[in-house]
Amino acid sequence: MNRLLAPLLLSFLLAFAQLQAKENDVPTDARVRQLEEKLRCLVCQNQTLADSNAELAQDLRRQVREQVYAGRSDEEITAFLVQRYGDFVLYEPPFKPSTALLWLGPFVLLAAALAGLVLVLRRRRDAPPEAALGPEEQRLVERVLGPGEPPAGQP
Amino acid sequence: MKRLLWPFAIFVLLVGFLAAGLQLNPREVPSPLVGKAAPSFELPVLQQPGKRFAPADMRGRVWLLNVWASWCESCRDEHPVLLDLARRGTLPILGLNYKDKGEEAAAWLKRFGDPYALSAVDAEGRIGIDYGVYGVPETYLIDAEGVIRYKQIGPLTWTILEQKVLPLAAALKK
Repeated sequence: MNRLLAPLLLSFLLAFAQLQAKENDVPTDARVRQLEEKLRCLVCQNQTLADSNAELAQDLRRQVREQVYAGRSDEEITAFLVQRYGDFVLYEPPFKPSTALLWLGPFVLLAAALAGLVLVLRRRRDAPPEAALGPEEQRLVERVLGPGEPPAGQP
Repeated sequence: MKRLLWPFAIFVLLVGFLAAGLQLNPREVPSPLVGKAAPSFELPVLQQPGKRFAPADMRGRVWLLNVWASWCESCRDEHPVLLDLARRGTLPILGLNYKDKGEEAAAWLKRFGDPYALSAVDAEGRIGIDYGVYGVPETYLIDAEGVIRYKQIGPLTWTILEQKVLPLAAALKK
């Protein structure tokens, strides 16, 4: 019982701690880190600002840090960077007409796949049942397999 | 044959998307600054102690702001183009010396020639961030009202100048 309870309790505690952290406003350094992980380095384009060692990334990290310490909100800081570098700096692009396909595409594909599946299943259901064996074929089957039991429950 | 039609159509569509995607250059991030006012700054001028430069000084003129540094390899590639353009004297080029050391920048200009009317010194790269600089060299075409009309990321070439920058500059001067 204890073995089961302990991890459960621990995960609850952790979740609670995280909730608390959010409420008490994340400590500044952690906020800097969080922001850096959401922003893209423009030099090594598949790295976040936090991961990149490019000189520009260092400069941008300094900017983020200064602005966090100056008490600006996360939105203000991301807006500052988007204004200069465009949406490209965000790992999570905003929803707008030009990104609608990106955001909705997967759902459209899913819907299309489901529609296709329903269509195929329906067609299969409505298809006329396979013609039963003719007497000639029946005889052939019995000759090869030997006389069998009548098919039970099989259509 | 008919049942293959749909998968084939989807395949062709996918290939179309991928082909279009491959044509794009991920290095060229469209700048949100084109069409907006050039960020203002006031910086010391290279080799002219005591003097300061602000973009507002160029009000009423169409000009190029070229971001360069002595440590930047591709700046050397575009340098002859800038020198040529400066010699023509049709479009003033102002430099933004980005994250460089004063003596090294001065030595570089002495060695390769100086196409700039002047170079503003952005030693810490802060103005560079305001201009969205991420790959030196970068060049901005700024109009008489101080609005950025074009941004070139990477070295300028004569082809780019003649096909894009100069026609645009000529149109803006009218």
